[in-house]
Amino acid sequence: MSARDTDWDGVRLHVVTGKGGTGKTTVAASLALALAAGGRKVLLIEVEGRQGIAQLFDCPPLPYEERKVAVAPDGGDVYALAVDPEEAMLEYLEMFYNLKRAGKALTKLGLIDFATTIAPGLRDVLLTGKASEAVRRRDKRGRFVYDAVVMDAPPTGRIARFLNVNAEVAGLAKMGPIRNHADTVMKVIRSPETAVHFVTLLEEMPVQETLDGITELRNIGLPVGGLVTNMVRPPLLPEEDLARAACDELDVEAIRMGIKAAGIEDRTAEIADALALEGADHARRTALQEREKASLAEAQVPHYELPQLSDGMDLAGLYELAADLRRQGAA
Amino acid sequence: MTTEAEKTPPDFCVDDLIDDPNTKIIVCCGSGGVGKTTTAAAVGVRAAERGRDVVVLTVDPARRLAQALGLSELDNTPSRVEGVDGELHAMMLDMKRTFDEIVEAHAEPERARQILANPFYQSLSSSLSGTQEYMAMEKLGQLHRSGAWDLIVVDTPPSRSALDFLDAPERMGRFLDGRLIKILMAPAKAGGRFGLKVVTAGFGMFTNAITKVLGGQLLKDVQTFVLAFDTMFGGFRERADQTYRLLQAPGTAFLVIAAPEPDALREASYFVERLAEDEMPLAGMVVNRVHRSDASHLSAVRSQAAAEMLEDRGAHPLAAALLRLHAERMQLTAREARLCESFTSSHPNVPKATVAAMAEDVHDLAGLRCIARELAGELEEPAA
Repeated sequence: MSARDTDWDGVRLHVVTGKGGTGKTTVAASLALALAAGGRKVLLIEVEGRQGIAQLFDCPPLPYEERKVAVAPDGGDVYALAVDPEEAMLEYLEMFYNLKRAGKALTKLGLIDFATTIAPGLRDVLLTGKASEAVRRRDKRGRFVYDAVVMDAPPTGRIARFLNVNAEVAGLAKMGPIRNHADTVMKVIRSPETAVHFVTLLEEMPVQETLDGITELRNIGLPVGGLVTNMVRPPLLPEEDLARAACDELDVEAIRMGIKAAGIEDRTAEIADALALEGADHARRTALQEREKASLAEAQVPHYELPQLSDGMDLAGLYELAADLRRQGAA
Repeated sequence: MTTEAEKTPPDFCVDDLIDDPNTKIIVCCGSGGVGKTTTAAAVGVRAAERGRDVVVLTVDPARRLAQALGLSELDNTPSRVEGVDGELHAMMLDMKRTFDEIVEAHAEPERARQILANPFYQSLSSSLSGTQEYMAMEKLGQLHRSGAWDLIVVDTPPSRSALDFLDAPERMGRFLDGRLIKILMAPAKAGGRFGLKVVTAGFGMFTNAITKVLGGQLLKDVQTFVLAFDTMFGGFRERADQTYRLLQAPGTAFLVIAAPEPDALREASYFVERLAEDEMPLAGMVVNRVHRSDASHLSAVRSQAAAEMLEDRGAHPLAAALLRLHAERMQLTAREARLCESFTSSHPNVPKATVAAMAEDVHDLAGLRCIARELAGELEEPAA
């Protein structure tokens, strides 16, 4: 396999977080595709029971097993796993306590749900555990089964707590499998093999939450990765025009002449006025984006930009974004 | 083959809702991130300025909006909003404090103290999934019972699923109902009572495993909590049911909030269907962040072609750039219209209002008034 020009050499677990609505799942999926390009094998995990991956890749809802969902450019496979916390809990009980049959009956009584509800930390440890296990898994020849694992993780508001597994299980059993489990997971999460990427939009609330999330992670010593600004609309007006547009000072008459020169003859005054207004809105939006970008720069984190796709997100769009991420060195 | 005429949904006008003295509660629902809080606040401001005595219950307002409403203190009771030409109160929900208040109101002081100090209770009251939804409902019930306002506008918690607001309290009520908790604490009894002798063995193993997994301390905390909480259990389910009935009562109106995005519209759809099933009154749907144009007669294709012509000639760069911008906007507008149409064709009778996408977030009263005017169909917002 050829060397890649990537900012994340050596990272095997990519945790992707972001405020709801920022396109976190889309970015996670695109990242997985990008990482798999060139003949690699990547696992994409989701942990919130949303079946977001299935929707993106246009497949039926995913069962609780690793299933191939896409082929990457230049060959390479993306597998997906939709983790169900209850099933993960059952799996865990079976593995460590041989509770196979009783486990099923207890599930029917809602007791598994109950246990995961009573101890949300336990639930989170099981979810992160699945990711860490996939990262560490080797085949018979001792080689890693997956070249990388991408987790579509909980949103920024929850991410620090979610990843801080040791703290989460501090109130639980002091010894035994769960403790060891948490320790192993924590080692993976704290290692240079893990990076937590933040997805945001250039808007007030997502940017604020992103900055807060980055600070929170740094405070507890967890590895902050990169920042992906999603749905960016590049400025279409040259600088001077942007400034004038923002103050509603565009030369409407000049616009009107331009429209006419382009062969549009009817209602040109109306159109010119409308275009000026649209230009003004664009300028204000661009100014907001610049302000939010400046705020983000304070975090001092590698930064990538993904465009807004005018036709909305579909499978082809995912591949486009994946290529974009590769070009920028995100994968 | 006949083509179906395009169904245009009726227009929603918020003033009809506000001016009707029978409207007592307006609930703003929808998935997270579509502008629910802003819409609820806008409705509140307008209602106050139209003479209603209003309180707005917000859940997760953005910092600057919270400041504009005077919500910088988290004190869990409504305070009057300055700068409004009428009577407007607003508050931010503090779910933990609301939970604590319920405990204090229904348990004797010593027992209440025990419960509040219990570590299991502490984590439950701040992070049990469904707590926020339950407490929002609880607070609504309290505000309603106080009789202090003649209109309550409710913002619902930001969650992935719009239905969480209706479902989570039930789930949590069931959980706190204690049956499950009590079963776990007394497996032998449970086996007999429910005829689950076969499973009793599993219970034993399960509780052993759970003890090993969760640790003795957590289970002890849960046990202590269960004992102290004892008489309050039934009450939780009851209160949730009470508020649910309030939502079904005449005088309550639901507003479904969405944005022209597939996820938001899908959630809105589920919600509309659920409201119909539960016989809860849907007043209308608000689609935020919609793009419009004053030159909508200039199509994307024509605009693009015109831009290219100018660019080829290297003439009129400003006009060329604006024509490109316009083409993009028209494409976006068309896409948004297609998305909204799928919703409309399955719900043609739901009154609809749209609010223009704004370049900046709304974080002052003037901005809220602007939004409210669109909700009233008053201001045909020019290109935004």
